[in-house]
Parts: sequence; C-alpha cells; structure tokens
Amino acid sequence: MSLHGYLTLGALVFAIGLFGVVTRRNAVGMLLGIELMLNAVNINLVAFSRFHADLGGIVFSLFTIAITVAEVALGLAIVIVIFRVRKTIEADRLDLLRG
Amino acid sequence: MSPIAFALVAAIAIASAIGLLVKKNPIHGALFLVVNLGCVAVFYLGLGAEFLAVAQVIVYAGAIMVLFVFAIMVLIPGKEETGPDPRVRWRVAALPFGALLFAQLIMILGARRGAPTAAPAAPVPGGVEAIGRLLFTDYLLPFELTSVLLLAAMVGVLLLARRRA
Repeated sequence: MSLHGYLTLGALVFAIGLFGVVTRRNAVGMLLGIELMLNAVNINLVAFSRFHADLGGIVFSLFTIAITVAEVALGLAIVIVIFRVRKTIEADRLDLLRG
Repeated sequence: MSPIAFALVAAIAIASAIGLLVKKNPIHGALFLVVNLGCVAVFYLGLGAEFLAVAQVIVYAGAIMVLFVFAIMVLIPGKEETGPDPRVRWRVAALPFGALLFAQLIMILGARRGAPTAAPAAPVPGGVEAIGRLLFTDYLLPFELTSVLLLAAMVGVLLLARRRA
C-alpha cells in the first residue's frame, strides 16, 4: 500500500474527528473526537516512519500516546468537576464567561 | 500490507469514526472508538511497528477507554442533552466546512512531489529492542520529560477530583 493511501486515510479520520469536536453537544463526546484526531496524526507519523526508514516517527507516536493519557485524565477530571458544580456537561450551556 | 487488507480495515475504521459522530449516546461513541483504535493497531502491525500496535491496544483500547467509560457512567446526562437541539442548523452548516477541510488536505497531498511511492524492501525493525535503544539514547531527555508530565497530570487530577478543591 502506498504512502498516499495512509495519508488520505489519516486526513479523512482527522476531518471526521474535527467535525465531531465541533458538533458534539456533550463534553465527553468532544473528548472522543479529540482522540480520533490524535489517532489520525499517529497513523501519519508511523506511515512516514515506515516509508522513510526512520524509527523516529514510531518513537514520536509513542510520546503522543503518553501525552494523550495525561490529556484524557485531566480532561475527564475537569468535566467531572464541571458536572459537580453546574449539573450539566452540555458544552453550549457552559457560557459563564460570556460577555 | 496488501491493498485489499488495507481497504477492508480502512473501511471499518472510517465506518466506526462516522458511527462515533452519529450516535447520540456517549457510551456508543466510546465503543465505536474502541473499534477505531483496534483498526489503527492493525495499521501499525501492517507498517511494521509491532511494539506500537501492542502499546496502542494496552494503553488506548485498555486504559483510556476504561477511563472514558467510568466518566460516562458517573456523569448523568440532563434533559437538555436528550431533547431537541436548539442549534441544529449550525451543526449542519459544519458539514460542508468539514468536507472543505478534507478536500484541502487531499489537495496538499496531491501537490507534494518527491514523496516515496513504495516502501523500502526491508522494513526498519520496529521491535522492542530497537525502540528501547532509541528511547534511552537519542530520546532520553523527552522520555524523562514525559515522566515529569505524567506526574504533573497525576497530581493535577488528584487535586481536581478531591471533594473540596
């Protein structure tokens, strides 16, 4: 399979993930979309790593996975705190700072 | 990876990504994401990154998804999330923009020349030994920084999750 196949797949999954982040009403659903986008980026990194015969891409996506763990843990903790305070996690209603 | 296998797994990956979008219930979205992550692990295997594929299944499909499912069970969705959407028009308007973004990405791909069209005959070994050697020599500083980041995230989550923060 050619490099373009992997890059096209990555672009498509990234676009779907971004669409999910923008359109989901639920804050947890938005985090799920972010996961999709991060995975699309990882596909690109590993594909480049394979086609350029350089292991750096694989190591880089390993770091991406580790940082994603931190991001998800913090994101979900923030969502739970918001739910405790506001009793909702619908993103459209969290407009306390609106001018 | 043979083109037929690639097309098959890519179809499952894209279908599960779209399923994540259209399902309203976040727990269904989480399960679709598990399918998608499994497909990505298969791609890693096909690209010769065995260690990364295993790490993907353990860390993503295992740990992160358990975290998601726990959070979804703790959070009870209110009426406003299950009721009719007051901003449905804006969300529909996002569809052409998303398609535009995808078209742009494809155009950028088409404009790039000089990219290798075929993989090198012998793949670079992506096993544990090669990656471990690289992690503890060339990438030692980022590796240590990642451990500091994870510690900071852990402390932050504990602080946030306390009853009286």
